[in-house]
Amino acid sequence: MRYLPLTPRDRTEMLKSIGVKAVDDLYVSVPKEAKLSALIDLPAHQGEIEVEKALTLMAQKNHPAANGPFFLGAGCYNHHIPATVDHLIQRSEFLTSYTPYQPEISQGTLTAIFEFQTIIANLTGMDIANASMYDGATATAEAALMAKRVTGRANIHIHGALHPQYREVIETYIRNYSDVSVKTSAPDANAACVIVQTPDFHGEPQALAALRKQCDESGALLVVVVNEILSLGLLPAPVEADIVAGEAQSIGVPMSFGGPHLGFFACRKQYLRQMPGRLCGETVDKDGRRSFVLTLSTREQHIRREKATSNICTNQGLFALAFTIHMSLLGEIGFKKLARLNHERACLLADRLSKVKNIKLPNKSFFNEFVVELPVSAAQTVKELAAKGIIAGYPLAGNKLLVAATEMTSEADIEVLAGALEKLSATARTKEVA
Amino acid sequence: MTVSELDKGRGLNVEENLLFEKGTNGACGVDLPEPKNTPLRTGFAARDYVGLPEVSEPQVMRHFVRLSKLNYAIDSGLYPLGSCTMKHNPRLNEKVSRLPGFAGIHPLQPEGTIQGALEVIYTVQQWLAKLSGLPHVTLNPAAGAHGEFAGIMVIHRAHEAKGKVRKTVLIPDSAHGTNPATAAACGYETKTIPSTKDGTVDVDAFKSMLNDDVAALMLTNPNTCGLFEPRVKEIADVLHKAGAYFYCDGANFNALVGRIRPADFGVDVMHFNLHKTFSTPHGGGGPGCGPIAVSAELAPYLPVPKIVKEKDAYKLVTEDKDSIGRLKGFNGQFGMAVRALAYMMSHGSDGLRQVAEDAVLNANYILSQLRDQYHVPFPGHCMHECLLTDKLQKDKGVTTNDIAKTLIEYGIHPMTVYFPLVVQGAMLIEPTETETKASLDHFIAVMKMIAEQTIAGNSAALQNNPVSSPRRRLDEVQAARNPVLKWTAKDTAA
Repeated sequence: MRYLPLTPRDRTEMLKSIGVKAVDDLYVSVPKEAKLSALIDLPAHQGEIEVEKALTLMAQKNHPAANGPFFLGAGCYNHHIPATVDHLIQRSEFLTSYTPYQPEISQGTLTAIFEFQTIIANLTGMDIANASMYDGATATAEAALMAKRVTGRANIHIHGALHPQYREVIETYIRNYSDVSVKTSAPDANAACVIVQTPDFHGEPQALAALRKQCDESGALLVVVVNEILSLGLLPAPVEADIVAGEAQSIGVPMSFGGPHLGFFACRKQYLRQMPGRLCGETVDKDGRRSFVLTLSTREQHIRREKATSNICTNQGLFALAFTIHMSLLGEIGFKKLARLNHERACLLADRLSKVKNIKLPNKSFFNEFVVELPVSAAQTVKELAAKGIIAGYPLAGNKLLVAATEMTSEADIEVLAGALEKLSATARTKEVA
Repeated sequence: MTVSELDKGRGLNVEENLLFEKGTNGACGVDLPEPKNTPLRTGFAARDYVGLPEVSEPQVMRHFVRLSKLNYAIDSGLYPLGSCTMKHNPRLNEKVSRLPGFAGIHPLQPEGTIQGALEVIYTVQQWLAKLSGLPHVTLNPAAGAHGEFAGIMVIHRAHEAKGKVRKTVLIPDSAHGTNPATAAACGYETKTIPSTKDGTVDVDAFKSMLNDDVAALMLTNPNTCGLFEPRVKEIADVLHKAGAYFYCDGANFNALVGRIRPADFGVDVMHFNLHKTFSTPHGGGGPGCGPIAVSAELAPYLPVPKIVKEKDAYKLVTEDKDSIGRLKGFNGQFGMAVRALAYMMSHGSDGLRQVAEDAVLNANYILSQLRDQYHVPFPGHCMHECLLTDKLQKDKGVTTNDIAKTLIEYGIHPMTVYFPLVVQGAMLIEPTETETKASLDHFIAVMKMIAEQTIAGNSAALQNNPVSSPRRRLDEVQAARNPVLKWTAKDTAA
């Protein structure tokens, strides 16, 4: 077995040093009925060639975005990742290190986390950000729980179109708290927070001033959710928020069937001690040199146990690094340019689709994603177009289809989608006439 | 204090400023088409300033390569962190996870276009079911702690279905901090079971704490003292008789994989850490992946989405009234499942069994060689990790922390220190199966040298370590007292 370095001779020598005859003698405290004498009924070991072949065959049964026109978004976006990003995150020193508990020999990871926290804070307009969360949905649920701790109030108010899966995750996280419920009304005296997504699930960017006022009047926290983080290169920073949580997969992280992605969490500094997750801070070493270290861990599970702010331990370290590298490549100029390009591709898509007969575009505004009202069922359309190699978007209820464009979307792709929808629309009309 | 222009390191030892300190000179590390600056349809004016560095691709490459040189990694040496299972991370796993058919697919694509991805998840579920003896598995949880959350929620749901929600979860004092944090997050009160002087659960105390308000026991087995709980079957039996469930924290599954199935010692729910036992890389703090396996009785309550196989097609079930609901966006940490599958297929049933045996052998070898120099708090053999303390060194002023920092000076990553909490000055050493005997012998020699230096009265030198690492000991008090959590232009000026 290529990954196991001990030789039979090593094993014999080591058993002798330990003073036992066989490895089984080391398992003395295991009850007999729990010890398997035979191998478990699973395939035997295989070489690299066989494993690679088998997994390649499985991969080939999927239809990746690069294979054709692709307009699916809904919280996970098809963006380009520069080659440098994947090269750097595969450096052994980043890929195969643990959470940086020994800062003397982990300054690489710690410095990158500090840069990540700085970028997230700057993007969101918040004072502080943590070292990452699992994904946008769990970051949002953690924000709701933090608002509950900060305010001592029970209810979670959701304003407008929050990603439905984010709402489901919030409901899972609170299901054992009998006093907490999710509401969609305006906040009142028992509101812990108002959660608003921008751009919302239908792609509509949200104005936050009125919600800020409602929160100030009711004493609730304003939680702003951003799940297309690239939008922050064109839209204003959500500075009205108390907490900004969301998903940063768009920068440096492959779609990878929904995970691993990259949750982020930022807030105002007065809530620092109620934050979930890891934080990296600046300090000095014995020689007075600037250094970075995990800090404020008295909020965390390994110190506070049942009184911790969250049970989170391992987070998305490597993808926080990927994000930081990609953001560094983009920088001030590239990030804003990429955001604008995305918007312009979405404008092109909107202009072309608005020329298809019987199609309506209900959005008042959008960043890189919007709703299309088709003359036929959206779910059916998605299925039919998939058979033609077009991933058309995310079917909402009825005839509504959510479509996204990114820098990867070409004018030719847009033409293919528009053409296919024209055909469908015409067929639908023929059927209606008949 | 930032790095001066004259001192960016000596030899191959680097010093590196933050990227934010490289100036804003209008450089950019990507070439994108020029926007046409058509009128915006966002409803807002364009944002004019974000606050990001302006650097070219070579600068970014050099910055992060230089940073990487400040890190220790499993690829560069022994990383014996107890309960963390820092084993070799095969690059085949990385390669297959990057195939376009895996990395380039969207979680909401039509089912017909993602059959291969569903096959991966289904196959990993089957492997984990066979290895645990628990028939139903979900890959949705994002990490070990998230798996604990899923498992305890499932147990809560099961009691709910029986008509009585219980209020308490029992947890040994040697448990990982995530266990009580999870139970609390699920709305439970926690009660702590003491350990005996042998480092295992005090079964009498456990029995006296058991009543019809106890929902579950969360037990790590092998436990965090590196010992297999000898009375685990009895514990499971009385627990079940009281109508409670047995949650097993699977962080230490590396001692058992392919050799012992937790279902056979009475477990109802367990989580796996794919980033421990199944070699997916730790990545400096994630991503992990924390699947759970459950008994048939608990299967209805597993989180959505669930994957079912109908004839030759796989389907995703997203709505299920019995389920605890959705834990995470989309379909778990799929990319980690691909890597773990490559690992499992490479080892096979025979190789995985050898993994457990070699891991246990390596830990016992270290224990046998250091018994005379270090205090061993518990009798007998250990499982895949061994526990020592600083009791014999402390009188001379050398603590566990000094031993850890001296290992750094000698180019070895320290073991887990001051955990488990039940032992003073704990040093928990988990070498894993992917170390050579020579590597273990080197570690043993350095540990022996530290013990000898202590006896020789060289405490001051040990207390001063490390001196050759990129940084010496850090002022952690200052970091917490005056938190600086992001870079601002002002910091550099000062």
